[in-house]
Parts: sequence; structure tokens; C-alpha cells
Amino acid sequence: MTSWTHALNPVVRDMPPSGIRRFFDLVAATKGVVSLGVGEPDFVTPWHIREACIYALGRGYTRYTSNLGMPELRQAIAGYLEELYGVRYNAEREILVTVGVSEALDLALRAIVCPGEEVLIPEPCYVSYAPCTTLAGGVPVLLPTGPENGFQVEAAQIEAAITPRTKALVLCYPNNPTGAVLDRSRLLEIAEVARARDLIVISDEIYDRLTYDGEHTCVAALPGMRDRTILLNGFSKAYAMTGWRIGYACGHPDFIGAMTKIHQYTMLCAPITAQVAALEALKNGRGEMEKMVAQYNRRRRLVLQAFREMGLPCITPRGAFYAFPYVGHTGLSSEAFAERLLQQEKVAVVPGTAFGPSGEGFIRCSYAASVSQLSEALQRMARFLQRLTRAKVASAAGG
Amino acid sequence: MERDAELLELLEADSRLSHKQLADMLGMQEEQVAERIRVLEEEGAILCYRTVVNWEKAGREKVYAFIKVKVMPQRDVGFDAVAERIYRFPEVNSVYLVSGDYDLAVLAEGESMKEVAHFVATKLSTIDGVVSTSTHFVLKAYKQEGVILEDTEKNKRLVVTP
Repeated sequence: MTSWTHALNPVVRDMPPSGIRRFFDLVAATKGVVSLGVGEPDFVTPWHIREACIYALGRGYTRYTSNLGMPELRQAIAGYLEELYGVRYNAEREILVTVGVSEALDLALRAIVCPGEEVLIPEPCYVSYAPCTTLAGGVPVLLPTGPENGFQVEAAQIEAAITPRTKALVLCYPNNPTGAVLDRSRLLEIAEVARARDLIVISDEIYDRLTYDGEHTCVAALPGMRDRTILLNGFSKAYAMTGWRIGYACGHPDFIGAMTKIHQYTMLCAPITAQVAALEALKNGRGEMEKMVAQYNRRRRLVLQAFREMGLPCITPRGAFYAFPYVGHTGLSSEAFAERLLQQEKVAVVPGTAFGPSGEGFIRCSYAASVSQLSEALQRMARFLQRLTRAKVASAAGG
Repeated sequence: MERDAELLELLEADSRLSHKQLADMLGMQEEQVAERIRVLEEEGAILCYRTVVNWEKAGREKVYAFIKVKVMPQRDVGFDAVAERIYRFPEVNSVYLVSGDYDLAVLAEGESMKEVAHFVATKLSTIDGVVSTSTHFVLKAYKQEGVILEDTEKNKRLVVTP
């Protein structure tokens, strides 16, 4: 077959594929796997939301909506954010409904990043931030975080990384993959740096409702931050709506206006079916959402207790639905650990390195799985670790 | 105790969770959970632990009928005495006193339509105080005890996602 790689944009050609992709192929080829590798709720979207969408389809909701999204939905989002965080957005020009947070992130970066400008990205983090920065013509600057700070980025670290080319800072807390939450006091320090050094903050708060100990702090609600924050959120995690691809961005009208320009040429509007469903979620979804969150919280405790018992050090995740235990003491790299665990016990976890270099030594375990699946996976992991320890002791005695 | 409601909800959804699992999920000690369960059983808050069975899948026919029963209430005991005479029959699965144009909603079960019909004709309708009955045989069960019998909503997630 003729090769066309010479015809590809070198930025895309030379971009490494997501580290998760390779692992996905490995897992998919193995039978009888219990997977803790899934970054989405195990719940199906609550029925009332699906039913509202079906009903709307029956009534002919099949057309384009306004570029910004249905006015009722934008109003509902404005009301929701004001009630939750006390931050006010004008539904006419400060809220844009997008195809998931993924699109919103891409739009935000493309709207603000000029060629060569730097974007600060604390890692380990979700896989899209750095590649999207690169695609937008920017330069991702990774800020390592680790367990010593509970995987929370520090204001001093941000300050030290700032150059004349620094444009923006991406924050994602509660964090995928670590489950870390940024303390309010730390956030205030970071906000001060952002204000003093004129940084735009892109805050991906998709896991905000999945906060277990204490309350979520919305970055845009901090003093002086509303206008320099592009707030990204959506329905995927809280309302178990990943496949609907529906999210939104809120911010200063200049940002939202610029993002809307790109959105209107590339996407036109988010699917109307998903918009109708999202509106139903905001109107009537609170009860079922809270039940799901309570269930994640119980599973979180179950997983943490099991890790304690099998001797896996793990910072207490305070949000999202991931635990990020340390496995470096086994002498294996994240990748090797995950691969062997898959081969020997058929448990899928994601190597921490898929989320950035600081993920080395860690694995991401999603507890968005049923209690029976979790218990089975945890038993297998304990068995695997016991075997590893025995082998290590034996080789130490023999050597 | 404050965690009782949560403990009961978990057990109501899955009574096979071990004390250890329950304790871990609720952030309690295993002994605490065992003690709370003992007390809740003693107080009658926990009645029993059962299994929801789809008998059709198990290859056995079961016939159910909803029976609307009109009752002449009795002095001092109201509907309770008649209700008791009905619910003591092993053929009776459940009995509710309801508002509306009849009084007791009875779910009866048997091995055949004939058996259930026989029960209604000879036992139920002849009880003193029962004014009339109206029997509705179940043709198909879709959901019972909160469980959908033929759930097509299987896990369709990919095995690994970011």
C-alpha cells in the first residue's frame, strides 16, 4: 500500500497516540477481564432523562439549535451554577453548549493560544490537555505533581514555570486520574498568581459533583477570577451521560464569543437530542444523581480499605471515581505492573504513565464498577501482590 | 442509629453483601455492622433475606392473580380481622388495604390457574365479611420487587477508556 505519511501535517503525524489506546488493545484481546480501567460511570443514564429525550424526538426535536445551544438549556445552566457556586453567567452571551467538555476544551485553547504560547498543565492529568494545546499551535508545559502534595499543584510551582510566553493554566480538579481535589486555600494562592501574572485559567470541573469530603470550590467563583476563567463542565460524569456528548463552557463574553465563532464553523451546534436530555437532567436529575454519588462514595471506601489491607499505599481520593495507588515498591514499572496484572489475574487497570510522566509508579483504578466486580478485582489484585512479594522475598533469600 | 437507613438500603438492594463489605462501604467496623444488623433483625426492621426468582427461567410454571376484595368492615377490628384470615393462607403472597373502590388488594399464587381459581372460590370469597372478589390473572411479569425480569440494558462500556 502506498504511504501517505509524507502528506500528513507533521504536527499530527508526530503526535504520539494516547497511551491508553495500546493498553485498550491488550485488554480487549484478553478474555474474562474484570476492568477497573473504565473512565465512565457504570450506571446507565437515569431513565427519566432518556425518556424525556425519546418524548422530544417524538415531537420532532430533530433540528439545529442556536449555535450557543437552546436558550432554555443555557438558562438552566446559569441557574444551576448560580445556585451551586454563586457564580453568575449571562445565558445570552456567556454560556456555550458544546459537544462534551472535549470540544469545549479544544475551543478554549484554540480561541486563546497563539503560535508558540505556553500552556501550563499539571500532570498526571486527563490525556487531552497537552495534545489539544499542541494542535492549537501552543506549547504544553507540564507541571509534575506527586503524592507528597496529594497531587495538588502549588502556586509556587506555577509561578516558577511562567515565562513571557505563558498564556494559560489548565486545572482539572477533582482530578482524573488521581482523585485529588484542590484545597480552597491552595486555589486562592493559585488565583493570586493568575491575577498577578495575567494568566487565563481553563478549569475543567467535569467531576465537581463527585466530591466526597467537603465541598467543591468552583475556580470561577473565587474573588477576581470569574472573568479570567473559562469554566468547562458537562453532564457525562454526574448524570452518567458520557455517550450523549454534551457539555458547556462559561466565561467572559470575549472568550465565549471567540469560542462560538470556531464552534459555529466546525460544529454548528451540539446535538439537539443531547441538549433536551441535559435540560431534563438539570431540571429533575438531582435525586438520582445524588444516589449515584453516594454509591461511588461507598465503593471508594471499599477500594481504599482493600488497598490498605493489601499494602498498597494510596492517597485518599477526595473526588472523581479513581484511586491512584503506588505500585513502585514492587520493583515493577506502572506498565509492567499493569501488564502482568492483566496477564496473570485478568484485572485491567491503567498505567499511571498514560496520564503523564509523574504517573510512573502508579496505576489508575476506576471504582465506577459494581461492588461484586470491585470485590472480585480487589481479591485478584491482593493475590497478585502476594505472589509478587513472595517472589521478591524468595529471590532476596536465594541471592 | 444514623447509618441504619444506609445500611438497610444496601441490604435491601443486595442482602448477600458480607459484613466486611458493608463495613468497608459505610466506613464502619465489621463488628459494628454485625451488631446493627442483629438489632435491626430483633426489632423486626429486617424481616428476612430472600431471592427474587424468575420461575419461568427456572422451568417451573407459577400462576399469579391480583384479587380485588370488597370487605364489610367489622366493629372494633375494622378490616384487620378479615385481612388476617386472608393473609394466613400460604397461597397468598401479599395483602394491602387500599383506598378506592375496593378494600383489599390480594396477590395470590399457585401452580395453575385452576388451583388459584379454586382457592378464590372456596376459601377467599367464602370468608365472613368478604362481600365480593374480582380476580385478575397475571399474563406476564415485567418487573417484580423492583427488579426488571428481562433486562436488556447490559453493560456496553468499552473495557478501557481515558
